[in-house]
Amino acid sequence: MAFDILEPGLSTTVQDQGRIGYYRFGIPQGGSMDQYSATLANRLVGNTAREAVLECTYIGPKLISTTDAIIAVTGAPVDVFVNGELVPEYERLELLAGNELKFGVIKGGTKYFIAVHGGIDVPEVLGSRSTYPIGAIGGVDGRALAAGDLVPVGAAIDNGLPALQFIEIEDRPAFSKDVTVRVMLGLYDHLLSHTGLDSLLNSEWVLTPVADRMGLRYSGPGVEWKDREQPFGAGQDPSNIVDAGYAVGSIQIPGGTQPIILHRDAVSGGGYAMVATVISADMDLVARCSPGTKTHFVAVTMEQALAARAANTVRAARIWS
Amino acid sequence: MTQQTTARYTWGGDEFLFIEIAEGMSLEANFISNSIANALEARELAGIVDICPANASLLVRFDPDILPWQELENVVHTLEDEVRASTDKVLETRIIEIPVWYNDPYTNETGARFREGYHQRPEGNDLDYAAEVNGLANAEEFIKRHHESPWLVSMVGFVAGLPFLFQLAPREQQLEVPKYLSPRTDTPALTVGYGGCFSCIYSVRGAGGYQMFGIAAAPIFDPSQTLVDFYDFMIFFKPGDIVKFKPIDETEYRRIRAEVDAGTFRYRQAPIAFDLGEALTDPDGYKSSLLEALNGI
Repeated sequence: MAFDILEPGLSTTVQDQGRIGYYRFGIPQGGSMDQYSATLANRLVGNTAREAVLECTYIGPKLISTTDAIIAVTGAPVDVFVNGELVPEYERLELLAGNELKFGVIKGGTKYFIAVHGGIDVPEVLGSRSTYPIGAIGGVDGRALAAGDLVPVGAAIDNGLPALQFIEIEDRPAFSKDVTVRVMLGLYDHLLSHTGLDSLLNSEWVLTPVADRMGLRYSGPGVEWKDREQPFGAGQDPSNIVDAGYAVGSIQIPGGTQPIILHRDAVSGGGYAMVATVISADMDLVARCSPGTKTHFVAVTMEQALAARAANTVRAARIWS
Repeated sequence: MTQQTTARYTWGGDEFLFIEIAEGMSLEANFISNSIANALEARELAGIVDICPANASLLVRFDPDILPWQELENVVHTLEDEVRASTDKVLETRIIEIPVWYNDPYTNETGARFREGYHQRPEGNDLDYAAEVNGLANAEEFIKRHHESPWLVSMVGFVAGLPFLFQLAPREQQLEVPKYLSPRTDTPALTVGYGGCFSCIYSVRGAGGYQMFGIAAAPIFDPSQTLVDFYDFMIFFKPGDIVKFKPIDETEYRRIRAEVDAGTFRYRQAPIAFDLGEALTDPDGYKSSLLEALNGI
């Protein structure tokens, strides 16, 4: 059982919950950028949250299912077509052998997900099927899909299909062009001047088109650093530090101009000061933003971050009940 | 600069604890970071996701649903105290010989494509520039300084398996080279790079901001795990490894490449006990004794 890829789309990759435990060697966690949306798709088709899905970026693939298949599409709003007929997103769909799946123009966000009953069944590498293109591991030959690929689909899963056939509107993620992202200050925030910190938290930042699985870059007023004598080995710019590990979700501001949020495929370390980190509960929210999105960063405490994390867990649990 | 007596603890969101041992790079800071990392690993705490020792800091990823953040901080504090109090400053590790073709055509060609707007000095190549900013006579002298003292792998990361290397030499003998003004979008795989006080070896082709001095002959990241050195794991370097660069010419480079292609290449390496105290008190003498370990292999 497989998907025959006629057209690959802009950048379609196999992703799952991520490759955990190899960050110390420079291998990023990877995984679906919008974990919640990917989980909704897996749930609809009767998978566990662990099964691999196809993550589509702006322009999805055109593919033919070689056998009957149960699929669902979730994430960014987009028109979905089976054999040219418009079908709903966030709903369990049946593909018959030879049916063609393709997509229209995306209407918000940047990424949508295709789950299939049985999961995308490429080999696991270091405990995950997620594609890491820089290291050429995971996914299909360690790269985005290409025309002519035959993407394997796993065998049917015993527990069958859930009663849930579609995702209620209130359980679907929002794709807004104006967001507030919760961050925890820390790491090297003490290198910013008072003015610099004020700029970070009280300005409107606009997501630029320089945004991908590695990181998202924002334009805005810039930030000011304190004057200091640079420590040995750190480099001359006040935004430089002795190369250190980067927290996933951390915000660095090279040269003090454009903040960059590091996301799931980011480099694991480097020499730019991180001044805050997006809380785990808001990483999906960041992943759903498209260029032009107005963004405000608001500082929260560890306790607030953990409360938000718990609320997300409760929300995700609802669809599995 | 005196060593900070306690590290700085700070949080990277709700899943990362960051411990800055020192603001500036030093062998001592790196040793403490790696020692805390090893001690934490040995504790096998539930909820620890990843322990990433870096040059002068340590990043710990944890699952706050399993391991409360205050508890993690307390544990690491205790380990830090133990590490600082310990008189045992010896690291069981290995020394590895890395053959490098310095001033090679691959990095020179790439360097030539990224001059205007990228590099401080459009004329000449990166080696000429590095020699000049360090007050050395020429590229040859810089190359000599680069390979005659061994290096410590002070961090692995950035991309898969990329080692950051810190030279085992007194501070006044260490070379410092600014990074490119703006990062290149291309760097050949296995480029030997230099930025600030660190050398690196680019494990894969891609973007990079370090100056380029040469190309290593054999892989350091092998997802296919074909070569013997990669049977256990696709990544070769670990923090704490000691590296001796060996200058090679084109003929030797081609010979090693052929061995790599035939699947027969193995790195020359030997187990050693790296003694921080000796490395700090008698850098030159200790350098010679480290290099002796590679003799006769």
